[in-house]
Amino acid sequence: MITTKDIRFSYGKGTSFQFPNIVASKGDSLLITGGSGKGKTTLLHILGGLLKPESGDVLIDETNLSSLSDRKLDHFRGKNIGLVLQQAYFVASLSVLENVVLASWLATGHQAAEKAKQLLEQLDLKDHLHKLPSQLSIGQQQRVSIARALINEPKLLLADEPTSSLDDENAYKVADMLSGLAKQFGTALVIVTHDQRLKDRFPNQITLS
Amino acid sequence: MITKIAWKNIWFKPLNTILSIILLTASVAIITLLILLQDQFEKKFNDNIDGIDMVLGAQGSPLQLILSSVYQVDAPTGNIDYAEAKQWMNHRFVETAIPLAFGDNYHGFRIVGTTPEYLTKYGAELSEGKVFEHNFDVVVGSAVAQKMNIKVGDKFFGSHGDSEEGEVHEDHAYIVTGIASHTGKVVDNLILCNIPSVWAMHDHEHEHNHDEEGTTEAHNHDDHNHDHHDHEATEEMHNDEGHAAAEEAHHHDDDHDHDHHAEEAHAHDHVDVPVSEEGKEITAVLLKFKSKMAIVTWPRLIPQNTKMQGALPAIEINRLFTLFGIGLDALQYLAYGIMLISGISIFIALFNTLKERKYEFALLRVNGASRLQLLMLVLIESLLLCVTGYIFGTIVGRLALSLISGSSESEFKISFNPLEFVWEKEGYLFLLTIFVGVLAAVIPAVKAYGLNISKTLANA
Repeated sequence: MITTKDIRFSYGKGTSFQFPNIVASKGDSLLITGGSGKGKTTLLHILGGLLKPESGDVLIDETNLSSLSDRKLDHFRGKNIGLVLQQAYFVASLSVLENVVLASWLATGHQAAEKAKQLLEQLDLKDHLHKLPSQLSIGQQQRVSIARALINEPKLLLADEPTSSLDDENAYKVADMLSGLAKQFGTALVIVTHDQRLKDRFPNQITLS
Repeated sequence: MITKIAWKNIWFKPLNTILSIILLTASVAIITLLILLQDQFEKKFNDNIDGIDMVLGAQGSPLQLILSSVYQVDAPTGNIDYAEAKQWMNHRFVETAIPLAFGDNYHGFRIVGTTPEYLTKYGAELSEGKVFEHNFDVVVGSAVAQKMNIKVGDKFFGSHGDSEEGEVHEDHAYIVTGIASHTGKVVDNLILCNIPSVWAMHDHEHEHNHDEEGTTEAHNHDDHNHDHHDHEATEEMHNDEGHAAAEEAHHHDDDHDHDHHAEEAHAHDHVDVPVSEEGKEITAVLLKFKSKMAIVTWPRLIPQNTKMQGALPAIEINRLFTLFGIGLDALQYLAYGIMLISGISIFIALFNTLKERKYEFALLRVNGASRLQLLMLVLIESLLLCVTGYIFGTIVGRLALSLISGSSESEFKISFNPLEFVWEKEGYLFLLTIFVGVLAAVIPAVKAYGLNISKTLANA
């Protein structure tokens, strides 16, 4: 469950954004669209606690992100917010499985190896557990990053252009997985995109202008 | 976990890592080697001069006198008259005086004529048998006994002079009566007998090999370094004065190509033939004083009144260390230079990968890692390199030392123990290595600490 109230943000004096209020409940999917320069990524970073808004509040369940200290915010983010980016990044020296396990360790202090395996198997990556991320295709990498975003069963799953670098087949696959898993884990899903294929797929949309 | 990631990260770029480790290993190895060498060298040298205030010997280089008569490494400066030396040995300032007479060797191990006090002075006890009493009785140092596999009751022939190739005195066999305990000092590598043995061995020789002796006499007088022949030559002056110089003169062969007359070896029963001390010579005397006054005055007094000199081991060894020290210092600077370079290499490696790794770092932050954890990650990577380099360096340094020890043992009879640790200095070296690691990592680590995640990810 995520709700926002009157978020404003500006980069210096030139560009400033005022974002519409957002509500997404457990298991819901929300698509945020809009042209370039409309602040899609900025909004996503604010929702994920990577940027602090100038004013306004982001509430995830009962927690107001702006009330958290830096260290607590890092911790909260690890535990409650999953992030899937346009391009998947990994700790290049760790295997696929280790990357996912690492996310669970960073957030909780426990290494959820079994759960990571299950999740990766569900995402059709059973044969790639011990490969290095760089050995996978881009579609596979994107799925690994989904697994990593979900390993801690976050309350909020944020996806930034998750399909833009994928072909149709993979794009739909990823879209299905995201919404399916969000339901399975009871996670609110917010996708930021300008991908037409996703606009057709998710009915619940907000357009930034 | 952070350490595990750090470990995997450093091996993800093996070439960078290996370069850094090799550089660190090299510098740590050199420094460790120097630390151990210096420490053990000084200890070895100082152990051996313990209880020797002055060495009385023939004039020449004092350092040479010390090296030859205390450490048994160099050639002696020459011989001194026993009667003359005795005046000083019996002086009231003197607490103990141990005479030394060099003559022969057995497979490169020196046979030294002395008194049983010599053993006591080096703290050597007899692990087997008893001390030498009669002429040609010998006590064998522990290292000699072990290497040559000598047992009590064995007999052997000595070769003349310092080198193994010297002429073999086949007419008198030495009989092993005792084996000394291990001391870690020069005595381990010596074969000891009483002084009359040395005299008798060479007296006897004159009867057979007289012509040959002549060659060395002439040769010896203007070249004191050639101890090989020193004592017999000088001895001869006293014992064989009756011989015509002309007879000796025609037998000059300076390259020591001895014709072996030893076939004439006689069977001897070892009844001590009393050897008169009259006009006999010895090589040096190790003196310990009751009154330290003598240390100050004798070095001037002795050469003024006699043809001898009194050398102070402490001063000469200090001089030797100073000479060595310049070389050691230069090596040490080199090693620190290499360490600096390895620090720079680590810095460059970390700094370069920082650019490609900033997404990785941003991602770790997204996944809940704190700034401090990123700082630690970079720091630990650097420290892992340093610790690995230090461990390898310590091992390599010790391997090098054992190699050096092997060759120094065969050449100078000085061995080093590679398993010894000089905790203090090596501890400092470890801290220095860690410091280099921290220094190299500081800038990259702070950069990782201050990374702006949002900006990094947005610009991707």
